[in-house]
Amino acid sequence: MFVSYKWLEQYVDLSGVTPQELAEKITRAGIEVEGVETPASEMKNIVVGYVQSREQHPNADKLSKCLVDVGEEEPVQIICGAKNVDAGQYVAVAKTGAVLPGNFKIKRAKLRGEESNGMICSLSELGIESRLTPKEYAEGIFNFPNDVTPGEDALAALNRDDAILELSLTPNRSDALSMIGVAYEVAAILGRDVKLPQPNPAESTEKAADSIQIRIDAPEDNPLYIARVVKNVKIGPSPLWMQTFLMNAGVRPHNNVVDITNYVLMEYGQPLHAFDLDRLGSNEIVVRRADEDEKFVTLDDTERTLSADQLVITNGKEPVALAGVMGGANSEVHEGTVNVLIESAYFDGQIVRTASKAHGLRSEASARFEKGVDPARVQAACDRAAELMAELAGGTVLSGSVVAGELNVEPKKVSITLERLNTRLGTDLQMGGVEDIFRRLQFDTETNGNEITVTVPTRRSDITIPEDLTEEVARLYGYDHIPLTLPEGESQPGGLSPYQLGRRVVRRYLEGAGFNQAVTYSLTSEKRAAQFALEVRQPVALAMPMSEERAYLRESLLPHLIEAAAYNNARQMASAALYETGSVYLNEGENVQPKEEERLAGVITGMWHEHLWQGEKKAADFFTVKGIVEGLAARIGLADRLTFQKSAPEGFHPGRTAEVLLDAEPIGVVGQLHPSLAKEMDLKEAYLFELKLDMLLNADREDLSYVPIPRFPSIGRDIALVVESTVEAASLETVIKQAGGSLLTSVRVFDVYEGERMEEGKKSVAFALTYADPEKTLTDEEVTAVHEKVLAALKEQAGAELRA
Amino acid sequence: MEEQLKQLQAEALEKVAAAANLKELNDVRVAYLGKKGPVTEVLKGMGKLSAEERPKMGALVNVVREDITKAIEEKQVTLEVAAIEEQLAKESIDVTLPGRPVKAGGHHPLTRITEEIEDLFIGMGYTIAEGPEVEQDYYNFEALNLPKGHPARDMQDTFYITSELLMRTHTSPVQVRTMLKHAGKGPVKIICPGKVYRRDSDDATHSHQFNQIEGLVVGENIRMSDLKGTLDAFAKKMFGADREIRLRPSFFPFTEPSVEVDVSCMCGGKGCSICKGTGWIEVLGAGMVHPNVLEMAGFDSTKYSGFAFGMGQERIAMLKYGIDDIRHFYTNDLRFLQQFSVHE
Repeated sequence: MFVSYKWLEQYVDLSGVTPQELAEKITRAGIEVEGVETPASEMKNIVVGYVQSREQHPNADKLSKCLVDVGEEEPVQIICGAKNVDAGQYVAVAKTGAVLPGNFKIKRAKLRGEESNGMICSLSELGIESRLTPKEYAEGIFNFPNDVTPGEDALAALNRDDAILELSLTPNRSDALSMIGVAYEVAAILGRDVKLPQPNPAESTEKAADSIQIRIDAPEDNPLYIARVVKNVKIGPSPLWMQTFLMNAGVRPHNNVVDITNYVLMEYGQPLHAFDLDRLGSNEIVVRRADEDEKFVTLDDTERTLSADQLVITNGKEPVALAGVMGGANSEVHEGTVNVLIESAYFDGQIVRTASKAHGLRSEASARFEKGVDPARVQAACDRAAELMAELAGGTVLSGSVVAGELNVEPKKVSITLERLNTRLGTDLQMGGVEDIFRRLQFDTETNGNEITVTVPTRRSDITIPEDLTEEVARLYGYDHIPLTLPEGESQPGGLSPYQLGRRVVRRYLEGAGFNQAVTYSLTSEKRAAQFALEVRQPVALAMPMSEERAYLRESLLPHLIEAAAYNNARQMASAALYETGSVYLNEGENVQPKEEERLAGVITGMWHEHLWQGEKKAADFFTVKGIVEGLAARIGLADRLTFQKSAPEGFHPGRTAEVLLDAEPIGVVGQLHPSLAKEMDLKEAYLFELKLDMLLNADREDLSYVPIPRFPSIGRDIALVVESTVEAASLETVIKQAGGSLLTSVRVFDVYEGERMEEGKKSVAFALTYADPEKTLTDEEVTAVHEKVLAALKEQAGAELRA
Repeated sequence: MEEQLKQLQAEALEKVAAAANLKELNDVRVAYLGKKGPVTEVLKGMGKLSAEERPKMGALVNVVREDITKAIEEKQVTLEVAAIEEQLAKESIDVTLPGRPVKAGGHHPLTRITEEIEDLFIGMGYTIAEGPEVEQDYYNFEALNLPKGHPARDMQDTFYITSELLMRTHTSPVQVRTMLKHAGKGPVKIICPGKVYRRDSDDATHSHQFNQIEGLVVGENIRMSDLKGTLDAFAKKMFGADREIRLRPSFFPFTEPSVEVDVSCMCGGKGCSICKGTGWIEVLGAGMVHPNVLEMAGFDSTKYSGFAFGMGQERIAMLKYGIDDIRHFYTNDLRFLQQFSVHE
């Protein structure tokens, strides 16, 4: 909403308050002023001129040589390129030394040999957007009507010396979608009075009801329809003050009748429509729902196909307007219009929204109906328009309004006690102060002991409950005056839940291990949605995605993490270690909330360790990621509970991937990205993991308790075993542990060999075993006894021979 | 014989002095004091001496022996020191060469901001509440006083999955769920961080996915002044002790009254490009919980009141670190991420 300061001054005294101060005050009281435009501030030295003579420029076909009276002793010669310049016109002249918008300076010049002392201006040269300038002046210079004097300030005459406040309205404050609404707000802020127009059109004896009848067939969509008839209007331009106020409000002037309806729309916030009564095609107005597929040509000469969820104004046979949205070409006011029907109605917001959405027609009118107009202003706005048509278009207003339907205009009453108000705000206001605030808002009040009952005018439909009164008081009292306190009453210890704490531990562990945390998008493409998923389901799809790339909910974090690694790889950062914690979304059936599981995933590419000048380089491999996962399990108290089973899920290298199990439950995967997928992404080797973080963090674990440090020395025995190549180290370890019993305190693989020095199909795996007894020093004989058992078990259960 | 001894001593001492390294010195020791060395030989020849001469010569031999031993020991120390010094000289390195890097990653800047805010409110007695990102229309809108067809729904363009399921547009449904869990009994004091989604095209200032952190306090006699005091404490801890807050009336369907909260700009009110010359930066939306919201969540709105506030981590991070494009948060460029591994 653009609010002209000069226009606003007609309703409320703004003396002593600059536009900038006013903007600040309005903002602080609740309606944000996004900016204040002062067009004249970037222009100077522009006056009204009178073109005394015009002749063809001797050396240029398209230029005119004009003598212009600019209120000085001698007229000045100005060369003008506009087609419509002529003798006898009052025009805006930028004199020598003038400045136009964009810091365009006017200097004395010679144009094709002829002297030019200034410039005759078009409206767009004076900073008015061309979409707002009247059509007749869109291509050429502007002509003033005759009531100006050469030499007077042209910017003032054009209301360019105005200040325009741009209001950004929240949906609840549609009351400020009118000059009068803003005036009430400003009056309350400044503590001043509102001066409202008191329309009282002089009426002829002829009755409007004899010219038109109205019937509403859809009273829910249109509870009230008021019409007035104005006869014998003379269509012409509206006065300059009206045209310039409209342009400052962002509305393009057309002719006096149309301008008056727009002016009253901006003034009252009540949309009006003017029909050419003689072109209506009947003497009745029937408001009804449109028929399905009914055709209608709107006044922008576009044929529209209507549907039954839209409301039309008809002449009893065919539509003449799409209610609240746009009039029809068939009944539009035009140059030859003589008799006018003014429509002022209350249309339901929903039905107007449906139509304006369906046809992509959002207008000043539809926006106001959608938010709800003030039922108390429907009649007043109609009267005001009729009065102005008599005054400015020479029309005769027929007697009376033709009214169909009715609207409840009874104001609501809302009550609140002083205690409640003060306890909600934390203030110590007295009843007198509260009453004063409502008086400034022009709300009637009634005080009964500690309770105040406020009669809320219909223009403020946003106020319905006591808290709304609290807000009115707070915003006008001023939030700056509310003290700073902290909540009182019973307090509780704050903190993270064990799960939240665990998540932080996991993040810190991975960051300490060298990973940077990534955050990727949850929405993805159909192709990526189930890729790498630990649990594949039909991906959840958005109903109306913005793009194919963001149309489905992810089932794995890995696709976007791999993308991030590829992004970095393409920018000379081939060594990347990224992890992410986040949700995946598992379909549970239509209209059922998907199951959201928190996952932890990581990707490593390139070098894991690099120290250039010493020639150290270690590329990441399967065991890098596996080690990280094992370390993570240890960090969160699940040290010995993870196992790894060879596995070949889709997207992974079939020989270098393992399923991760917690106890016996699958909880994730570690492995190498399948080389063909890596190639697609322009990556070399990439190693991945994804784990069910929720299961990891929620797993039962033992409370931390101290185990005494061994007091007796341990004894180490190393063994190198020869086994079939297919035998897995973990199975050997299991055999060793079982046979070793309680004296065996640790088993570690320290060498694996497969190659020329081994028989085909065999490999050597070497283990370091440690034996200890917490109660005493073990003797060699005791260790040997157990160790022999281990060797025997290995031979028997795994066919393992000691390497010669 | 005495003569012979004196000569041996002189010879030995000379050779000790001449020894250039520990090996040569050891050779000298073996040569003169060893079992086959001349001093031992002299001792062996003592049997031939007379009984009076024997003790005298014995003493002399011992003196010679001790002198040589002492000289060798002294020389040994000198040579050892020299050997160590030589060794150390050889081991000298260029200490200005780069060290072996220790791998260390870091938090994403959004996590950094989130944890900072969480910790700040945990210190004030809040707990952290989380909830689903795919929500029911009811929790995301209706329970927050946004019935179907409400004009304010335009303010939040939504990714719907079905007519009843959607990607949450704010973390407020977590507030609703938490209040319902409390079954009408206060106090509730929570912070709700999380990802939210809006139907926006991604550009420098818009992202279809972003983060929010909201706070909710419900109790008996919770006042607007409590909201103001809480946010003042937040602003001072988050942005600096000299910062102020300013409340401007605004509108949200789920709070009444509603306010926008500005934090004073680091330019100190002089006006700069960040605050666009106003001296204030818009950081939060807040308000007193709307009685309809309290009632729908099972709280008696005549007995209980509450305040709520919300902000976007992206915006806070952009303000705090001077980041100019919201898309950086989701591109995961290491050159961006690594800058946030630093502890301030």
